[in-house]
Amino acid sequence: MGKEKKVDKGGSNLSRRDFLRGSTAGALSTGLLSGRAMGGAAEAAVDVQILGPEPLPMMLRINGKTHRMKLEPRVTLLDALRNHLDLTGAKKVCDRATCGACTVILNGKPAYACTVLAIEAQGKEIQTIEGLASGEELHPMQAAFIENDAQQCGFCTPGFVMACKAFLDQNPNPSREDIEKGLGGNLCRCGTYVGIRQAVLDVARAGKGGEGNA
Amino acid sequence: MQAFEYVSPATKQDAVKLLAGAGAESAVLAGGTDLLSLMKDYVIAPKRVVNIKSIKELQGIRYDSRRGLKLGVLTTLDQLLADKKIKQEYSSLWQAAQGVRSPQIQNMGTVGGDLCQRPRCWYYRNGYGLLAMQNGKSMVLEGDNRYHAILGNTGPAYFVNASSLAPALIALGSRLKIFGPDGAREVDLQDFYLIPTKQGEREYKLAAAEIVTDILVPPASRRNNATYEVRQKEALDWPLAAAAVALQMDGSRVKTARVVLGHVAPIPWRAPQAEKFLAGKTIGEDVAERAGEAAVTGARPLSGNKYKIRLARVAVKRAILRATGTEV
Repeated sequence: MGKEKKVDKGGSNLSRRDFLRGSTAGALSTGLLSGRAMGGAAEAAVDVQILGPEPLPMMLRINGKTHRMKLEPRVTLLDALRNHLDLTGAKKVCDRATCGACTVILNGKPAYACTVLAIEAQGKEIQTIEGLASGEELHPMQAAFIENDAQQCGFCTPGFVMACKAFLDQNPNPSREDIEKGLGGNLCRCGTYVGIRQAVLDVARAGKGGEGNA
Repeated sequence: MQAFEYVSPATKQDAVKLLAGAGAESAVLAGGTDLLSLMKDYVIAPKRVVNIKSIKELQGIRYDSRRGLKLGVLTTLDQLLADKKIKQEYSSLWQAAQGVRSPQIQNMGTVGGDLCQRPRCWYYRNGYGLLAMQNGKSMVLEGDNRYHAILGNTGPAYFVNASSLAPALIALGSRLKIFGPDGAREVDLQDFYLIPTKQGEREYKLAAAEIVTDILVPPASRRNNATYEVRQKEALDWPLAAAAVALQMDGSRVKTARVVLGHVAPIPWRAPQAEKFLAGKTIGEDVAERAGEAAVTGARPLSGNKYKIRLARVAVKRAILRATGTEV
């Protein structure tokens, strides 16, 4: 992982990813050529840059830090986080905007990282589970999950914690019904919903969505 | 997903030129909540993706008491839900947006994307096309069709239209503004959708280089309107059946009614029998129930979806009761 990260950051022409992708290189360049050729006269008047399909420099602002890398336009924010930045907290489960395991917070609102292109996430403040705790001190939502035994296998947990945090930031005094509805974008196949909802309620009651321990 | 070139124009004129430049091999990206999934499954594999989110004039909600509501096509569902005017006067639309039970989708998904999303039919999503034909036979008729059409299903199309907002918008008499290489045009939302009869036909009338720019909803004029969805679960999923109604009242009686069903046919389904039945009636539980029965006149179940007829009936009944202020 470390090696891959370094190569990507350096923007070398032959990264391990490029090498592994070698078998599809033919198809890619065909797409590139026909894509450009399709343009023709109609596009001559369009003064806007067409990007890709080859990797291009991108800049993502994640948990307050700026990261630079080269990515193809087709790379999702989730793949950028997991495969290029080693931020593997957001999980890839359905990869189809259905389960919520990849939930991150974009400009203050919860979003499915699997369904946002990295190229579109540029210029936005991206918060991931890795940025939630301050040092050794857990965020109140993380602490409340532990307190309420709100996970079993734990695979949905990072996405759920982010969805819960974003929900509470926007709804500081929710009813139980609000919580049920407000977390409708995340699934837990172990069925730990009762603990999760209680964790949200606990943090809300403590009035400490943003700081301290619940 | 196949590699593509990406472009983010600032004007609709440029967007249309860029789409035309790549012909059928281009795709419009707005919220992306459906498009990226289709691309990951190789249901579509565009060579050029045109992101329209930088086009400012496609954003925003405007209201004018004479002309009604104008929704920029990029209006997200959460922006729609935050609008007090919509909540009060266009409650059917507000309730339909609320039915998309994921805050993540509400934050990213746009009204245009909701209207133009492709069907959820599992044969379509697995690459068998909208008509799902194999060796001259319909995979839907031969296979698992529990979520497929009960109306407008004389074939060969059996999928259901997946839009959450279209039934409410059609009940309210909405029109679409579309921009393309030949300039702007307007179309009744109801006429935008069609039931494909041939392989390769799309379920709505939008040319490759056209984009929807606005949704025009006439003044609600105190029409009582509501949406009711019958759902398998409270969390994110498409409804099993839904109904939207808009009732123009004359005192305690219905003057005219519009009843539109969702998720039961390849298009949002107008129910003229129910509309005719409701005219002149005073709404009560019995009238609502009979309107529900009228709405499913002509419904024809496939091997595994008879239950949806009852759900559609109940959705109509409850939408009518909700529109007239009864808790359902």
